[in-house]
Amino acid sequence: MTRAALQALLSHWLRSPFQLAMLLAGLALATALWSGVQALNAEARAAYATAENLLGDGTSAQLESPSGRMPEGEFARLRRAGWDVSPVVEGRASLGDTRVTVLGIEPLTASSGGTSAELVTPDLTGFLAGVGFAHPRTLNEIGTSQPDLRPSQAIPIGTVLMDIAQAQTLLDMRGHITRLTLAPVQRDGLTPLNTLAPDLRLVAPGDGTDLAGLTDSFHLNLTAFGLLAFTVGLFIVHSAVGLAFEQRRTMFRTLRALGVPLRHLALLLAAELALFAILAGMAGLALGYLMAATLLPDVAATLRGLYGAPVPGTLRFDPVWALAGMGMTLAGTALAGGQALWRLWRLPVLAPAQPRAWAHAGARSLRLQGGVAVALAIIALILAQINGGLITGFALLAAALLAAALIMPLVLAGGLALGQRLARGPVAQWFWADSRQNLPRLSLALMALLLALATNIGVGTMVSSFRTTFIAWLDQRLVAEVTVTPRTPSEARALQNFLQTHADATLPMQRIDARLAAQPGQVYAMKDHATFRDNWPLLDAVPHVWDRLAAGEGVLVNEQLARRAGLRPGTATLEMPDIGVLPVLGVYSDYGNPLAQATLGLDRFTGAWPDTPVRQFALRSENPQALITALQDEFGLPGNQITDQAQAKALSLAVFERTFLITGALNVLTLSIAAIALFAALVTLSGMRLVQLAPLWALGLTTRRLAALELGRALVLAGMTLVLALPVGLVLAQILLAVINVQAFGWRLPLQFFPADWARLAFWAGLAVLAAALLPAWRLWRHGPHQLLKVFAHEK
Amino acid sequence: MTSALTIESLRKTFGSAPDIVHVLDNADLELSRGQSLALTGESGSGKSTLLHICAGLEPFDSGKVMLAGQDIAQADDSARAALRRTSVGLIFQQFNLVPSLNVAANLAFQARLAGRHDPGFVAELARRLGIAELMARYPEQLSGGQQQRVAIGRCLAARPRLVLADEPTGNLDEATGDAVLDLMLELAAQAGAALLLATHSTRLAARCNLRVHLRAGKLQVSA
Ligand SMILES: Nc1ncnc2c1ncn2[C@@H]1O[C@H](COP(=O)(O)OP(=O)(O)O)[C@@H](O)[C@H]1O
Ligand SMILES: [Mg+2]
Repeated sequence: MTRAALQALLSHWLRSPFQLAMLLAGLALATALWSGVQALNAEARAAYATAENLLGDGTSAQLESPSGRMPEGEFARLRRAGWDVSPVVEGRASLGDTRVTVLGIEPLTASSGGTSAELVTPDLTGFLAGVGFAHPRTLNEIGTSQPDLRPSQAIPIGTVLMDIAQAQTLLDMRGHITRLTLAPVQRDGLTPLNTLAPDLRLVAPGDGTDLAGLTDSFHLNLTAFGLLAFTVGLFIVHSAVGLAFEQRRTMFRTLRALGVPLRHLALLLAAELALFAILAGMAGLALGYLMAATLLPDVAATLRGLYGAPVPGTLRFDPVWALAGMGMTLAGTALAGGQALWRLWRLPVLAPAQPRAWAHAGARSLRLQGGVAVALAIIALILAQINGGLITGFALLAAALLAAALIMPLVLAGGLALGQRLARGPVAQWFWADSRQNLPRLSLALMALLLALATNIGVGTMVSSFRTTFIAWLDQRLVAEVTVTPRTPSEARALQNFLQTHADATLPMQRIDARLAAQPGQVYAMKDHATFRDNWPLLDAVPHVWDRLAAGEGVLVNEQLARRAGLRPGTATLEMPDIGVLPVLGVYSDYGNPLAQATLGLDRFTGAWPDTPVRQFALRSENPQALITALQDEFGLPGNQITDQAQAKALSLAVFERTFLITGALNVLTLSIAAIALFAALVTLSGMRLVQLAPLWALGLTTRRLAALELGRALVLAGMTLVLALPVGLVLAQILLAVINVQAFGWRLPLQFFPADWARLAFWAGLAVLAAALLPAWRLWRHGPHQLLKVFAHEK
Repeated sequence: MTSALTIESLRKTFGSAPDIVHVLDNADLELSRGQSLALTGESGSGKSTLLHICAGLEPFDSGKVMLAGQDIAQADDSARAALRRTSVGLIFQQFNLVPSLNVAANLAFQARLAGRHDPGFVAELARRLGIAELMARYPEQLSGGQQQRVAIGRCLAARPRLVLADEPTGNLDEATGDAVLDLMLELAAQAGAALLLATHSTRLAARCNLRVHLRAGKLQVSA
């Protein structure tokens, strides 16, 4: 019985292989996008773990100096006092053809917890004699002619691990170290650190600039996108399964009339679905892996640009990932096919073979759908009032999108009813009435289209708003014509002397690392100069902010810090390390920076941290090219240490564009999936529509006219969907700009409108819909008479 | 008497050798306006095929079919469609109604396509067909017999010159079937239209002016 029944059930797919292909494609694409995104996330997280494990930073506390460096003697002093500490030297240096982070450790005292210990211990003498380690990719970038470097996957990309003495030489830091790591277990009864070394700051384990924490929002964004694409894919599956179910109703009835028990039939159908899920899941995993491998370089670039996170550009295969992806596919299929099985369960044996009363059963479920949509909209409104975290933001996003998707068929039905009322002539009236009647069969695909279009508009508006704001902001921030980076403190001093006569203004860039309002952050010094007074992108400030800053009466803070700590100029104060509480004088925008930041007047800064080295000079000059030439002649500075304004802007913009590359790619993929969903629905529907179209043909409408009407209907529905998608997309953009961005990055951007982008999207969406509708319409036109005649020939 | 339909040496086959089926083999037929003709034949003899050919729905191999003075073989797709809109009325056993339109809209549909809509006439037809109470319903909410009566009404409302009816009373009980046929005959006579009725009921066939029997692809005039 099982075999015969299964054969009968599967015969449906053999007769409509295209429908099967669509079902499998939908599942595979959904799996691919979801698992691809997961692979990207997993790879990036693995990279953060590598970086964290290298020195066991996650488990050991650190001693740091606010100025970023301390004399080597501190190490010896603390060791003598009985503290189990180990010195670390860290800095950027040019090595071969690239710049790398040089990390110097002292292997004899280094904690045995980190992966570095495992690398170094086997050949300690070699290490002490100058052998270093780097990721194979870093070695590639450095090129040949380098000191003794060995490849190791355990080193983050862009970092070179070496003995501390080597590192000090390379970084020109002889006699100095960057920080001290404390072993997790220390002897009892030691002199407390704050009496022994009051100038040093103790940073608890995992309290530094924790990459995993900083990049969480980025990965959450990716996950949300993956989930959206997965949902759109499930829409395809749901509609394909639903349609196949409807087409096989007569068969179910016959099978049951012939004695196949309902339970048995349901099991067979479930097994059939599971089989499809596994087949499509495997294809989807392969596709997802390919997609992730293709996108990973972009994602890696984004993460490096945004957070300086060392993510390698190559993907590994992880079986756990594959299993999780397959699980997701099975669960998704169960979700998408569950309704069909449920309906089978409740179908009476002698249910009418014709899908009766679609319009009426449809009306009831439409009302229900409308109710759910309204409830979701209310939830979204409530969530918008709550100032929750990122998760609340995404819940708001999901509720808003789902509400829009659910309400859409109602709005479309209303629009079509209006069309019918306004229509003159029998064919026009039929066109609207028929579109209304077929709406339930198309509405899932149209919902998928709505989601894809709204996401496109929303994310596109967000990115474009961001870009416009960012470019304007760059103009304010990058006013200096030239920036020069000294290699050593002595070079910095020499530069300063030289520049006094050669540049119109020299603005030194100094900073220290500090915790601000319990967040990792930095404090910058700002010279009182027109460059800042006239251009600095202040969002909010007290009166006479520049005079008061120059007088050392308070601090400026960046938007991120202001939002996270709730600081308002004029009323708020900020606790500054080594200085005490200072009033907040102003807030400035600081896009792309994950850290909290405060800015002090130069005098106040040097008063508190006199020995802070100058990292960069921003220079004003009437003739920047001459200044650059002079600097090169005088100091022999290599190209990468002098940047002119145009270069700096280009660099920042490039980072910006790379940041949103992945968004663009996912946008296109989601829209393609929606187009495929529509295509699948239209093709499946076209088979069922023959019966509906045959009478019209017999009454004297040509197949060409019928085909044109079919095409027109797809365009009308898609057009209505696009019109609906626009406000939904703008709401989405507003949520992204005013809620998600604020939660994830700490900055809020103004919503701007880009009608040209909408027109472009409308064009592409129209093209996609046309492509989706063309094949069924063409088939109707070409093979219509033959197919339609069959309806009458087989009428008995 | 003007000819409503002329068929000369009509040949129609399905499939190709060796499984070729000769459905119509040198068939001839002449039907004038105001006449009614019953086409009888066993199931599978080719009645429906002949009607489909007459309506310009089905192509044929050779021969000549003249409809309202026009040679169907010479007409292109849109000309044939125009013929169906204006001159021919088709009634099938099933799949007659436009599922997305209610009974009222279905009844008026063909007449409106032909540009001959007369609301008073439609109301009269509906009353006489016993479907006046069903005007707001949709086809799926009707029984087979009700659907059939709506289809007949829709065809007659357009006042075609030739009515092609393929077992139109198959779903009706004997009494209703007789009444409906009466109506069709009466209206056809009134309008001077021709009626070609495919049926396997000799009782119904007996009520037409002419009777032909289709057997082995040949049309034979019967008594
Ligand atoms: N599209 C087709 N392809 C092949 N054979 C067909 C087709 N349509 C009808 N036939 C065959 O032509 C013959 C006549 O069919 P039909 O005209 O429906 O007969 P009737 O209406 O008298 O019952 C039958 O043998 C049928 O099998
Ligand atoms: Mg027949």
